[in-house]
Amino acid sequence: MALLDVKDLSVEFDTKDGTVHAVSGVDFSLDKGDTLAIVGESGSGKSQTVFSIMGLLANNGRASGSVTYNGQEILNQPDKQLNRIRAEEIAMIFQDPMTSLNPYVRISDQLAEVLMVHKGMSKKAALAESLAMLEAVKIPDAKNRLNMYPHECSGGMRQRIMIAMALLCRPKLLIADEPTTALDVTVQAQIMTLLDEIQKEFGTAIILITHDLGVVADFCRDTMVMYGGRVMEYAPTVEIFDAPTHPYTRGLLQAIPRLDIETEQLNAIPGNPPNMMSDMTGCPFCPRCGFARERCSVELPELVQASPTVKRACHRPVDELVTEEAPA
Amino acid sequence: MLNFILRRVLVAIPTILVLIIFSFLLMHSAPGGPFTSERPLPPEVMANIEAKYGLDQPLWKQMYDYVIGIVTQFDFGPSFRYKDRSVNDIIAQGFPVTLTYGSIAFVVAVVSGVTLGAVAALRQNTWLDYFAVGVSIGAQVLPNFVMAPLLVLVFTLYLGWLPGGGWEGGQIQFIILPVIALATSYMASIARITRSSMLEVLRSNFIRTAKAKGLPSRKIILGHALKPSLLPVISYLGPAFVAMITGSVIIDVYFSTGGIGQLFVNSALNRDYSTIMGITILTGVLTISFNTLVDILYAWIDPKIRY
Amino acid sequence: MVIDQTKMADLADNLAQMDEVKGRSLWQDARQRFFHNKAAVGGLICLTLVVLFAIIGPYFAVWSNEEIDWAIIGNAATMGAPSIANGHYFGVDDLGRDLYSRVIQGTQISLMVGIVGASISVVVGTLYGATAGYFGGRLDGAMMRTVDILMSIPYMFVLILLLVIFGRSISLLFIGIGLISWLDMSRIVRGQTLTIKNKEFVEAALATGVSSFTIIRRHIIPNLLGVVAVYATLLVPLMILTESFISFLGLGVQEPNTSWGALISEGAGTMQYGTIWQLGFPLFFFVVTLFSFFFIGDGLRDALDPKDR
Repeated sequence: MALLDVKDLSVEFDTKDGTVHAVSGVDFSLDKGDTLAIVGESGSGKSQTVFSIMGLLANNGRASGSVTYNGQEILNQPDKQLNRIRAEEIAMIFQDPMTSLNPYVRISDQLAEVLMVHKGMSKKAALAESLAMLEAVKIPDAKNRLNMYPHECSGGMRQRIMIAMALLCRPKLLIADEPTTALDVTVQAQIMTLLDEIQKEFGTAIILITHDLGVVADFCRDTMVMYGGRVMEYAPTVEIFDAPTHPYTRGLLQAIPRLDIETEQLNAIPGNPPNMMSDMTGCPFCPRCGFARERCSVELPELVQASPTVKRACHRPVDELVTEEAPA
Repeated sequence: MLNFILRRVLVAIPTILVLIIFSFLLMHSAPGGPFTSERPLPPEVMANIEAKYGLDQPLWKQMYDYVIGIVTQFDFGPSFRYKDRSVNDIIAQGFPVTLTYGSIAFVVAVVSGVTLGAVAALRQNTWLDYFAVGVSIGAQVLPNFVMAPLLVLVFTLYLGWLPGGGWEGGQIQFIILPVIALATSYMASIARITRSSMLEVLRSNFIRTAKAKGLPSRKIILGHALKPSLLPVISYLGPAFVAMITGSVIIDVYFSTGGIGQLFVNSALNRDYSTIMGITILTGVLTISFNTLVDILYAWIDPKIRY
Repeated sequence: MVIDQTKMADLADNLAQMDEVKGRSLWQDARQRFFHNKAAVGGLICLTLVVLFAIIGPYFAVWSNEEIDWAIIGNAATMGAPSIANGHYFGVDDLGRDLYSRVIQGTQISLMVGIVGASISVVVGTLYGATAGYFGGRLDGAMMRTVDILMSIPYMFVLILLLVIFGRSISLLFIGIGLISWLDMSRIVRGQTLTIKNKEFVEAALATGVSSFTIIRRHIIPNLLGVVAVYATLLVPLMILTESFISFLGLGVQEPNTSWGALISEGAGTMQYGTIWQLGFPLFFFVVTLFSFFFIGDGLRDALDPKDR
């Protein structure tokens, strides 16, 4: 049995101007100790996918489908039930460490309360454990940090604190929502190394959300590429990099700036992400796709098994994409 | 922290001095002296009076004496209208009354406003929320000088439950209507501020983190949401305090409580300069001290303020 | 009675964050959003009706505001009730004067005080705030510290002190009320100016040698318009409230002139004799106008706020 099994997950938001379909029919599953990357541009629905799993959608959001954790349904469950899963089984790290920690509460209290609530520890024991965890994520001078407020720490430090907080209850699954986006490049590398070590040391399964394929390359076993709230391609990371089977994935790969090849300009994918308000009939990527055919704009491509390991959602066969010149 | 408090107090003191000097100069720039009346007094009588009140001294000397009197002994000098009473006597008579119902009204406004606003935010889009929003919008156009007659109309004239004025040594039935009339619009403002700031806090990233930590909602609200939600309320306390002191003038006049506001308006109508000045300065000192307190309270609660 | 400062600050922030003056399209957009807001449109309609009442109303009056109806005087409670027959549409006041004409006059004066007061405070506040924000540095520090100090003074008392010393004239009341409330305005404008000042188009203008005055006039002020417009709309009812407050105490507008505050005061004084209309009519116009202004102001703020788009 898979650790986490997501089936036909959809998320919608009711707004003043209409319903936004943020996520449509997403399937994936994760075993113990697995690492999965969810990749896509901003607005592709990757964050909302995991928020709905954790029951963290905004008030106007609705999720449908099914999410099971160890065989137990967790989607749309009441908070009381979810609170036994949150932090204890599935923990989460957020994109913006500057605003994700409470600026008005000391770091010690923010860490200790997790253990006090979930493990019933005394404040003293919880503080000792928190200190140990801060040291485990290599925070220098951890003892003094405990008494500080978040604004007294740098961004990288705060993200380490967030990670320590997420690991306090030794969760089986860690969801990291763009953990490095708000940080400096050097700090990014440190954080990714830390996550890698944690994964190996604790055997935690990790879902890493990012818009940067470069981050994924040597960290995640599988990669799921999302666009317009739908899965475009879902395959082992190695294969994604070696032989991307979806035009969008190719676009993403080409958009990674490379130092070894001299180019005049960065290869951006032309056009803008789709308007999620309108009901799409065809492939969401169709308007920006250099390989699009008439069929693409009227019929939604299903996510199908293209090879034993690769799933893709595209009307054009893989070999047709290879023979043609990719769009400039 | 001590440093911060000291700095705030050091700013407050010159502010108070400026207020005293400004009021003094204003009074002296008045066309005609305070004793100019329709029936001109004989010059020797006038000179006598002026000597008695120190008006024959040079301006700087008068000002110096006035300021020193206030600063060292809290002495606002004699009343220009009532020969046998000092401004201090007049203030001592009215101030306790205003202070009594004023402080009750302030506490009522803050406690009920915060409660109403917080409940509305936590139960957003329920009838409770609509009720709270409705009340706070309605109360915007019901300032104390509208509330007071309406309350008297209902509770005194129609229902006959409560007296429509008087004080009688501060018996409870005489306090109720003044408190409600004074507190309503500020309660509404506080409720509105609490509601909107709490809604904003509840949508913030760190509350999402707290939820992801699997904390029970009681802990999220009390431990994480309440403090930041109250910060805007705290910064509103200063203006609210000023507005309520001002509003007490209406209450004192309308309910004839004999409070300081009534004395203020009577002095204004009688052109009793020294009493008006005394009361203006007293309220100024109160406001400035209160604002200083609020600043310190804010700094104490918000760790991001560096002192 | 106090404008929600946090919301105003948000609006200022959001307006400042827009990349550049979008010129007409911002205002066109805003107009569209404004007219979709039912409360705001309702407020606009009500306000128009009140203004029309103040302008056209006198032509329908049978009695002037100073004339005393000797047939009714002394019997206001029994004979002075509103009636079409004797031409006192709103009844008469305690002295037998026609309340319809008095309410019209009160409406004219209160609206005037509101608009003049708000204009004074907008002009002073904008100039002060823009100067402080634009020149920055020590000047800014000194100017804003002054504002801080002035803010902690209970103005109503000082205003009454002024009225007592210099005599109770309408013009002093207008100016005094206007000068009370420019402080908040100047703070908001200063903040906004600071942000705009650091925008590329201002730097470009500076680099090409455009003078400070021209930059303020051509670049800073137009970008401030949104915030100022909203704030001004919300200031008018506050000015009306302040004037009514003072007139309620009998320290504001003097007989034979009147205002809503004075009328409400008179009505409140006589209601125990059963002449409830003397309170009701002025109160009705007062409440409707305040509501209208608040809704229009809120609507404008929401319409101009680019964040919610």
